[in-house]
Amino acid sequence: MEAKMIRRYDIMEVSLLAGKIMLQSGAETYRVEDTMMRIAASYGISESHSYVTPTGIIFSIETSEPTKTKLIRINERSTDLEKVTLVNSISRQISKGHLTLEEAYNALEKLDQSDLSYSFVIQVLAASIASGCFLIMFQGMWMDFIPALITGGVGFTSLIYFHRLVPIKFFAEFLASFIIGMLSYGFVQLGVGQELDKIIIGSVMPLVPGLLITNAVRDLMAGHLVSGLSKGAEAFLTAFAIGTGIAVVFTLT
Amino acid sequence: MHIIEQLVTSFISAAAFGIIFNAPKQSLFKCGIVGMLGWIIYILMSLNDADAVLATLLASFVVAVISQVFAKIYRTPVIIFSVAGIIPLVPGGLAYDAMRNFVQNDYNAAINLAAKAFMISGSIAIGLIFSEVINQVIRNARLNASARRMR
Repeated sequence: MEAKMIRRYDIMEVSLLAGKIMLQSGAETYRVEDTMMRIAASYGISESHSYVTPTGIIFSIETSEPTKTKLIRINERSTDLEKVTLVNSISRQISKGHLTLEEAYNALEKLDQSDLSYSFVIQVLAASIASGCFLIMFQGMWMDFIPALITGGVGFTSLIYFHRLVPIKFFAEFLASFIIGMLSYGFVQLGVGQELDKIIIGSVMPLVPGLLITNAVRDLMAGHLVSGLSKGAEAFLTAFAIGTGIAVVFTLT
Repeated sequence: MHIIEQLVTSFISAAAFGIIFNAPKQSLFKCGIVGMLGWIIYILMSLNDADAVLATLLASFVVAVISQVFAKIYRTPVIIFSVAGIIPLVPGGLAYDAMRNFVQNDYNAAINLAAKAFMISGSIAIGLIFSEVINQVIRNARLNASARRMR
């Protein structure tokens, strides 16, 4: 009896840990719910319920004993699609019966602790190259390529730096886009850059909440109205922050 | 020449977005392909004077369909591929122009541009939804077929 009780809680821990990693790494809500219920089902819990919002997970499993429910809070959300993929493949292995409860828990725990992201320098380089390429895609001139490259890189760096300094996302995005605006204005004033609008639009693109927008739409369509709306609100706030930052530059100059 | 320039830059920027969102290394190339195909459809249509809303709708539909095919083949979440493809379609330029007009107190022009940006965002959403619908229909059809074979 005692051993059985512990086992039930273990199944719950494994499902919740998988759900937590996925949600923190930016997976869609329906994928998180689906994965948690699949894991529970493959360990023999036929009936489980999950309720996932961007800020917390409620998960309960029904057995012959009284129903067990657990709630965990998610405070930090980032984007790490590699972790989503890895949890996905762990859950596939569990469904095929290749992993025992303990192995699964250890694998997930290891994944939770690990830091798989690309190094900071590579991310900044990627952001600056993306900015330059976006400038060309939006019919900018090749002359403006280098200014966009620099402002995009500086903007992305300042976003990450300010977010570490003050953990309010809106503020970090506002400051980053403000810096992008001022820098682009400086380049154009110095005569290095030609078209102010194109440089700003290109450099701002790495800050655009693309993942949030796609997730919000997919969640809304899957019937997760609460998550869809709150992700949509987050995306709107980000867009608003970027817009305000640039607007301040316009009013100053 | 112009098209080649667009192909190359859109491929690079989609792959770079893969890095920013920390997509697995082996999927970066595929992210680039998805982004490139979506963008080239958009740019070809808008160069031929098609409506921006229609161009965005078609491009986001194609991006979503290819992402789903890739996700099936490589057994990874769809979102890895679709995000990189969707980002270039986001009406950043229009939103920027709208905001600029708001700041300069030209509210008529600003509302005009904002409405257009809103329409384009809506068409991105509809493109994603259409492909999701087709995906579900195919999945259900396949389930029914296998159920019939079981009988």
